[in-house]
Amino acid sequence: MSEGYLVDLALVLSAVLFAIGVGGVLLRRNAIIVFMCVELMLNAVNLSFVAFSRVHGIDGQIVVFFVISVAAAESAVGLALILAIFRHYESVDLELFRRLRW
Amino acid sequence: MIEFFFFLFAAMAVLSAIFMVTQVNPVASVLYLVVTFFSLSGLFVILDAHFIAAVQIIVYAGAIMVLFLFVIMLLNLGSTQPSDLRRGLGRVLAGSVAVALVAIFARLLMAGGDVEGLGGSSALDPLLESSGAVAAVAEPLFTRYLVAFEITSILLVVAIVGAVVLARRRAP
Amino acid sequence: MSEAYDPILPGLILGLPLLGAALNGIGAFAWRENKTVPTIVGPLAVLGAFVVCLLNFAAMRAAAPHDPSLVPLWTWMRSGQLEIGVTLLLDQLSVLMTLIVTGVGGIIHVYSVGYMREDPGYSRYFSYLNLFIFFMLLLVLGANYPLMFVGWEGVGLCSYLLIGFWYENREFSDAGKKAFIVNRIGDLGFLIAMFLLFGVFGTLDMPTIFDRAPTTLLAGGVMVTAITLFLFLGCVGKSAQIPLFVWLPDAMAGPTPVSALIHAATMVTAGVYLVARSGVLFALAPFTQAIVASVGVGTALFAASIAVQQYDIKKVLAYSTISQLGYMFVAVGVGAYTAGIFHLMTHAFFKALLFLGAGAVIHAMHHAWDESGDHGDPNDMRNYGGLRLRMPITAATMWIGTLAISGVFPFAGFFSKDEIIWEAGIRGYAVLWGTALIVALLTAGYMTRLMVMTFHGTNRSFAKVGGDEAGANRSGESARGRLHEVPPVMWVPLAILAVLSAVGGWVQIPEVLPLPHVDLLHSWLEPVFAPALEVASGAAAGGAHGEGIAHEAPLGGGETFWAVMGTDLAILTIIVVFWRLSRRRYLPAAESSEPRGAASLLYHKWYVDELYDRLIVRPLLALWRGCWRIVDDRLIDGTVNGLGGVARVVGWTGSQLQTGRVSTYLLVFMIGALIILGSLAF
Repeated sequence: MSEGYLVDLALVLSAVLFAIGVGGVLLRRNAIIVFMCVELMLNAVNLSFVAFSRVHGIDGQIVVFFVISVAAAESAVGLALILAIFRHYESVDLELFRRLRW
Repeated sequence: MIEFFFFLFAAMAVLSAIFMVTQVNPVASVLYLVVTFFSLSGLFVILDAHFIAAVQIIVYAGAIMVLFLFVIMLLNLGSTQPSDLRRGLGRVLAGSVAVALVAIFARLLMAGGDVEGLGGSSALDPLLESSGAVAAVAEPLFTRYLVAFEITSILLVVAIVGAVVLARRRAP
Repeated sequence: MSEAYDPILPGLILGLPLLGAALNGIGAFAWRENKTVPTIVGPLAVLGAFVVCLLNFAAMRAAAPHDPSLVPLWTWMRSGQLEIGVTLLLDQLSVLMTLIVTGVGGIIHVYSVGYMREDPGYSRYFSYLNLFIFFMLLLVLGANYPLMFVGWEGVGLCSYLLIGFWYENREFSDAGKKAFIVNRIGDLGFLIAMFLLFGVFGTLDMPTIFDRAPTTLLAGGVMVTAITLFLFLGCVGKSAQIPLFVWLPDAMAGPTPVSALIHAATMVTAGVYLVARSGVLFALAPFTQAIVASVGVGTALFAASIAVQQYDIKKVLAYSTISQLGYMFVAVGVGAYTAGIFHLMTHAFFKALLFLGAGAVIHAMHHAWDESGDHGDPNDMRNYGGLRLRMPITAATMWIGTLAISGVFPFAGFFSKDEIIWEAGIRGYAVLWGTALIVALLTAGYMTRLMVMTFHGTNRSFAKVGGDEAGANRSGESARGRLHEVPPVMWVPLAILAVLSAVGGWVQIPEVLPLPHVDLLHSWLEPVFAPALEVASGAAAGGAHGEGIAHEAPLGGGETFWAVMGTDLAILTIIVVFWRLSRRRYLPAAESSEPRGAASLLYHKWYVDELYDRLIVRPLLALWRGCWRIVDDRLIDGTVNGLGGVARVVGWTGSQLQTGRVSTYLLVFMIGALIILGSLAF
């Protein structure tokens, strides 16, 4: 069986995972889990890049490499932020963060 | 044979992603996410991205998810927490946005038609055969993408410093 | 035929006073205490200019009759068709005017040295005075209307500065503002006239306009009437005629030499000068001429009637000035320009004399009171009396001035006033002629009253001192000893002016009198006024205006008869008034009650100030208050505040989108992303 249609399937899978991530972001109130859903969305995109790199060359994988690096940096800063917020509110519930205006 | 593994990993990834989103206990969510990342890593292997698959396990599943676990435990957000899933309108909105997104992607994929150049073998095959999985990534990374690579290192330093500053306990 | 006239150092005429003003102006800041510099620089700048004027006058006399000499200095502004140069016009009229301005002005400067010696603003005073002379000369010498207007505005400015010279006194600085604002109404007329002139001629150069006016403008037409009426509005403001005369009496708030210089001898005559200078235009507009003459005679009668009941010596003289200016306007209005300028000149002599004499009296009263510790209004004639014994020179010179202004032969006023009355009579203006005669008698009356109250009878200055009669006499006598004649620096100018007032009229002695016929002024000014007279006679010949020149007065009788009659009547009036008033006992100002009946009406100046206050000032104030309350507070502030309110409401509405909840932001962000993706997909 041709391997080509695996790429198509991978893209479909990527779309589904991304949608699950978006749904999770909107569904959850726990900041850490929302953050994890964002990581899931990043990975769904990574999957698309890897799939496309099978067709267009190695550059897709390079981008994925960078995305992983940036995600590492981002999660470090993001978790530090959540820690700081937790110290203030004693909670990580997004609904409590109401001062992000004006 | 490959199709079997593909569908297996795909099913695992989707299911554990759904569980990750729906589990109330954050620790369980983290573990489900790790499963998703492992499955994705397997898919990367199937899609000829061996080096990325390794990095996925080492960095994502290994480093980043452990960091998440650490924070959850540090903040003591165990199973005693009440459910943080939204109810009513919030749940409906989240679901409908996700469904709409799937619909849009489906439409885009169908509009794009079949991906070209899928004549059995991968476009990467000759490269992988000549230089191997790691060198195939390393060669452009240190030539064409050298600047971006170096900037990434700066980004990481900044992120480390930033994380330390943010998480530091303020002097009373 | 002698050679053509070449102006001698014309720049110096203007330059010297300007330099003096600058030096004294610097002095007012730099060496405030030093009174030597202003004492030398102030009078010398003006007298230097006077010498230059004399040289020019002599050169012009020696030369043949000539076209006006234009001295272009530089181009002031150029824009399209408009080109205005700083060009001086030297002809017989302007040279005569510069002689009057610098001559009388110089004498007054010298007098001021004595009068203002103790004033802390000495240097500032001379700076203003020199600047005034500069602007007046610019007004006289300007060869185009805008340049003249600069001088016109400049003398207005200096007038404001000098009236409000003692600006610490609220009343005085208000008087300055009043003069400035009332003048501004007239200046608006001048400006409009300039716009119209430029619209018609495309230039504002006076020689060009006067050349082209008879051919360009329709005689008696709407345009020339409008132009001259607006010009005359400017004159009405500057020369204090009805209805804009109200500023001049208040202008007496300034130092007395200022009143002499500005409000009697020079600035107020600018309007007469302007009408005479623009004679060609006025000759083309008979309607305006009639207005000018009517306003003139009306003002003359009105002001003279007020002067009869004033007690403030300077107010009497101020109303007298307005009245005499009315005479000049009668003259230029009926087309007797030379007569108008003649009276302008003689009036400059005797009115400066009278004002300076009044200044000497005030000065003496002030000093005597300062030394004796008594105080009163040093301007009020009820506080004078018997001063001839204390100040003989002032009394004598002022009597000469009084005889001159009353038109008694052979003093200066006789010749000029007689000529005006005669000219009005022979041109068929019976009402003007009759009124002018009555005003001449009124003039003799109020001037004699002034002299009697000031210099004759018993002294009333110190009546208040002491308790019983004997004590009052004793202390009064000792205090009276302090009243003495002013120093030579002040009485010498008085003497010079007295001589001029006595003989100043002899430059023009009509041939009908049994005297040697002298015709200096008419022949001198003839080239200047010839075009205007030509236009007038052309119009008269065309039957457009007037019945021509008669050779007898409206009531019959020739020139000789009425000249003798006029002076006889004046002398009679003086004698009667003197006889009546020197018998009357006046009370000092503090003990007098307000006049009653008709006298009260005159004492309150026909209530004109009050009338203007009711009719103009208060409605305007109400209007402005309305503008402030409604337009400014409601409309403008309301608009601004309303806009602010709208912005606030819009901002508040928009800010409600910013809930501050992360989940809302996420949802909105996702929906936005969906819309963008959806637009790609569908």
